[in-house]
Amino acid sequence: MSSSIQSQGAAEVHPDVLLVERARQGDIAAFEKLVKQYDRQVFRISQHIVQNREDAEDVVQDAFLKAYEKLDQFQGNSKFYTWLVRIAVNESLMRLRKRRTGRMVSIDEDVETEEGSMPRDLADWSPDPEALYGQSEMADILRKTIQGLPPGFRTVFALRDVDGLSTEETAEALGLSIPAVKSRLLRARLQLRERLSRYFKNRDEKPAAAKLSQEGAK
Amino acid sequence: MTCTEFLAQLDDMLDQDAAIPLRADLQEHLMECEHCEITLNTTRKTIEIYRSHEIYELPDDLRERLHQAIVSKCRKC
Repeated sequence: MSSSIQSQGAAEVHPDVLLVERARQGDIAAFEKLVKQYDRQVFRISQHIVQNREDAEDVVQDAFLKAYEKLDQFQGNSKFYTWLVRIAVNESLMRLRKRRTGRMVSIDEDVETEEGSMPRDLADWSPDPEALYGQSEMADILRKTIQGLPPGFRTVFALRDVDGLSTEETAEALGLSIPAVKSRLLRARLQLRERLSRYFKNRDEKPAAAKLSQEGAK
Repeated sequence: MTCTEFLAQLDDMLDQDAAIPLRADLQEHLMECEHCEITLNTTRKTIEIYRSHEIYELPDDLRERLHQAIVSKCRKC
């Protein structure tokens, strides 16, 4: 193995590192394996950010191509996947900017909103909200709901909660500090919860606030 | 504990395995505050729902097309 890639411990070399090493030496089949391994995730992340299917397709192509061109810059001190996600996020933000006629779009956009810092809709949800809607209707609701979040929020949520990256990996992929990731994640989660309440709230039950005031009057 | 103090810990509670009992002071607040109980449960459900539904699927035919395009561009690099 080349000394240019640091393995994470002598006994354990991630299989991706070996594929990257082979791809660097011109083995395109090795790179194709990496594409097959991560294309679905890259597509999903891009869709979450750009909210447009054609753009997401372009991002998948551009991100993998850029990764291939830059393989020499991959140092192996982070996971290949985290490194790839960082490229895909940057490509996605560039696409978003192009679609918005050149207006700058960054991971910091609209994160100063106060929405979601404190829950407002306190009605409880139906015990089984997923049973209220069919599969495709549910997917529409989830897409519509996440679409309304600022890009910086939905990106953090997509990486951390949907894709399952750790807080540290999410911070690394986005070039953010850990506290910034945590703060955005909390607000993204609360905003989504608030918005989903419109669809999932238990219609038979009175809101908790009303119940509490009734109890207080007793 | 106030609701604001409780919410400041929400992330840790959501990221913690649901089977692990909550800290005693958080548990105590939940017992007496229905608002926070609903917020915790429905936010946890929000994450679960997004995790269990693939809302942006990559169809096989498109996947195949993307692979071919990527590999052919890589060969030209």
